[in-house]
Amino acid sequence: MSHDPYIELRNVSFGYGERQILSNINLRVPRGQLVAIMGGSGSGKTTLLRLISGQVRPDSGEVWVDGKNVATMNTRELYAHRRKMGMLFQFGALFTDLSVADNVAFPLREHTALPEDMIRDLVTLKLSAVGLRGTQTLMPAELSGGMARRVALARAIALDPELMLYDEPFTGLDPISLGVIAHLIKRLNQALGTSAVMVTHDVQKSLEIVDYVYFVAHGEIAAEGSPETVRHSDSPWLKQFVHGDPDGPVHFAYPADTSLADDLSAGAR
Amino acid sequence: MFNTLASPFRKLGELTINAVWRLGFATRFLGAILMYSGQSLMRLQMTIREVYFAGVLSLIIIVVSGLFVGMVLGLQGYNTLSRFGSADALGALVALSLLRELGPVLAALLFASRSGSAMTAEIGLMKATEQLDAMRVMAVNPIARVVAPRFWAGVISMPVLAALFNVMGVFGGYLIGVVMIGLDAGTFWSQMQANVDLHSDVINGLIKSLVFGIAVTLIAVFEGYDATPTASGVSSATTRTVVTSALVILALDFVLTAFMF
Repeated sequence: MSHDPYIELRNVSFGYGERQILSNINLRVPRGQLVAIMGGSGSGKTTLLRLISGQVRPDSGEVWVDGKNVATMNTRELYAHRRKMGMLFQFGALFTDLSVADNVAFPLREHTALPEDMIRDLVTLKLSAVGLRGTQTLMPAELSGGMARRVALARAIALDPELMLYDEPFTGLDPISLGVIAHLIKRLNQALGTSAVMVTHDVQKSLEIVDYVYFVAHGEIAAEGSPETVRHSDSPWLKQFVHGDPDGPVHFAYPADTSLADDLSAGAR
Repeated sequence: MFNTLASPFRKLGELTINAVWRLGFATRFLGAILMYSGQSLMRLQMTIREVYFAGVLSLIIIVVSGLFVGMVLGLQGYNTLSRFGSADALGALVALSLLRELGPVLAALLFASRSGSAMTAEIGLMKATEQLDAMRVMAVNPIARVVAPRFWAGVISMPVLAALFNVMGVFGGYLIGVVMIGLDAGTFWSQMQANVDLHSDVINGLIKSLVFGIAVTLIAVFEGYDATPTASGVSSATTRTVVTSALVILALDFVLTAFMF
């Protein structure tokens, strides 16, 4: 095992057309660590995951994953890269026309030539790892949000990935499901030695499980540190984010061009 | 002032560029489908499953419509032909109208609104719920896994459905002409046999329906794949599938007819 980080982003910039999403991002994920990327909605967090998985390419900069630059890969290399990677989507993104078992078996059937009974055993193992053994024949529509997320997690780990990407794994879950998912993410990271990147805006839960945190604001890394340093930081920006205060350096309201009085019809008098 | 004057032209230019761009995109999309078809045809199970959804589940609407169209042809044809004292030719009239024109065109219109719209909505929703992204991230190409099987299912189903439509139509014409009105069954069938040519009528009709099948299914999968991934985006993509398919079917029908007959 080498000592360089599993993921390293160097001076990465990215934009959709005119709109700049990320500028000059530098970020490292050491091997076997769980790193969170936090920030408000629309700060470009999810775009970072899309850059790492090669779904989009940076306008400039390099995206190194396991010693290879994702930014310059061709389709074949990209697909080989993705085979070592699992991704949990925000709402699971389960295939609605396949049963739970077929969903989990999907990557196995696509990428391995394993016999059907072995696939069935692997599916059972993965499902029991997320506490859902016995749901094999259910359809995604019959699952609750938290269960769907866990099935999606089982699917993402089906090929025992070296790298896990989590896109907002805690959104829209009740506290118990949230705790279960957080526990699973941590256990996967520790038991399998998987390197992992988690994009989230759930500060409290994330700080409990991650090794390192990056804060993204306005397309730039605004702060970084271990959970301990973040909790005790006296930066007003971090304090506002960690405690969820409406007032502080971050403005809650969208920056409108006109004043409120002008927008209201009474202002025209 | 200049802006108000220029804006309709700008709009027109925008629309034209957009239309040409989409046409080019659709063509490249067809190229991609053909390129990845090998994988999906090797795993025939996937295509057969889609044939079930696109073809087998369309059977009821095709069979019932075919029967009624044939019965209407029987009634109208008998009415007109008997004025000229040639009611004996009813069998030939029913068979020729169906094989050359009505079978392929009506079956394709029905197929576009029944299966084409369903394909667009399904692919569009898969896109909206990140299922296509999930596939890509799992290193599976959605064109190979989702689009190509549906495309081939449509191309395979369409001629079969049109043929079934024709069979039911002829049967409908027989029910009206022979069973209800009381024409001689022997004359009905022998006139049909004498006037229908295998190559110029049956084969040409099947070629028509094959072309319609390719066009309708390509439009359906393209609109789904290109849909804006929101509820309103998927709904307008579905509408576009039905409208564009109908126009393309009728336009292609004119072109093909001009060349064939």
